[in-house]
Amino acid sequence: MKAIMDALPYLWAGLQVTAYVFVIAIIIGFIIGLIIALMRLSPWKVLNWIAKIFVDAIRGTPILVQLFFFYYGLNSLGIISLDRTSAGILTVAINAGAYFAEIIRAGIQSMDKGQTEAARSLGLTNVQTMRYIILPQAFRRMLPTFTNQAIISLKDTSLLSVIGIADLTQKGQVVIAATFKAFEIWLAVGVLYFIIIYLLSLLSSYLERRYELR
Amino acid sequence: MSLIEVKNLKKSFGNAEVLKDISVTIDKQEVVCVIGASGSGKSTFLRCLNRLEEITSGQVVIDGQDITAKDANINQIRQEVGMVFQQFNLFPHKTVLENIMLAPMKAKGITADQARQKAEALLAKVGLKDKAGSYPNELSGGQQQRVAIARALAMNPKIMLFDEPTSALDPEMVGDVLDVMKQLAQEGMTMVVVTHEMGFAREVSDRVLFIDDGVIMEENKPSELFADPKHERTKAFLSKIL
Repeated sequence: MKAIMDALPYLWAGLQVTAYVFVIAIIIGFIIGLIIALMRLSPWKVLNWIAKIFVDAIRGTPILVQLFFFYYGLNSLGIISLDRTSAGILTVAINAGAYFAEIIRAGIQSMDKGQTEAARSLGLTNVQTMRYIILPQAFRRMLPTFTNQAIISLKDTSLLSVIGIADLTQKGQVVIAATFKAFEIWLAVGVLYFIIIYLLSLLSSYLERRYELR
Repeated sequence: MSLIEVKNLKKSFGNAEVLKDISVTIDKQEVVCVIGASGSGKSTFLRCLNRLEEITSGQVVIDGQDITAKDANINQIRQEVGMVFQQFNLFPHKTVLENIMLAPMKAKGITADQARQKAEALLAKVGLKDKAGSYPNELSGGQQQRVAIARALAMNPKIMLFDEPTSALDPEMVGDVLDVMKQLAQEGMTMVVVTHEMGFAREVSDRVLFIDDGVIMEENKPSELFADPKHERTKAFLSKIL
């Protein structure tokens, strides 16, 4: 127990990095997902194809490989230089974005066609119809699936310790290297992950209640 | 003056030709009922009038504007043409009042205050003043359909299209909706109504179009069409439903 108490300040610092990386990545991921979903639904074939290739490429490769590609691969070209945090955020964001895109696309496609027709018949434009009628309803329906993906992305951030980002997992490794208390520390790290993931699901159920499905 | 002019309208879905050369003109303040068996193309015809269906060939002119022209501003034109659907299609995530206020604010850019005033007046007109804050799923079908009518009217359309507005309603709800439509007709609204309500067609409409197999088989004043149908197909159809 003392080992855990002593380690807490370090783990707390790691947890903050994890939370920071996660929040930024999930926001960027959501924007990527929305854009890719709209591209997949757009009438322009070229956009469909680009979006589909993107989603297939991301879903069809391991996230660890993507991480190495963005950090070591891209940097080795010498054209751009990504620091570890940016590369880490980028990886999680792009990965989440590909899955979000599929969730959003399915959510939009599941909407009753009558909603679009009613909105368009009133003279609303395509964009207005999406924004005021389709997306608000679709997002509400997607909330549980979104939460699922957000939780997966949060857990994915632990992989970023591999390229040296000082997140919760990496801090755990550092503490263990100094104290050799592997059992206690990994237990504590696990509990901390569990707590934020639990808070995330509480937030999601709150939002589900707040925006009651009608 | 004719408000709607349809010339040689054809519409196919894939290989199936649903509308085969329909031409008709509808005057200002005229109430036209469109009847026919299901699958005859009457709903498709209606949906071509505001381009919810893209036509295959021909021309649809609304208030002097060819709506199928390449440079036609369809969103602008649709503001002039209200539509009421069989399944109401209210926006379930918005209150009754918000349903009615949305399009005037977003498409026409009027202020929230003006939109609210207008919406409240329309709700009073359709007899649902006390439902302003309700959500659509808290209303009966008949109430939802009256809200849908109010929502369409909020844009001050010149024409109202009704696509089987009472077909999804419980029988005891039909009367309220038809009463609102009757009132509209009396106020001089130009209306095209696809319906199975022959009583309404007979009582309220100026003209009845009988569509069969994608063509207008017969059109006439309701008194004559119902009493003395000329065409065999019309007779057969009417004998089945009257």
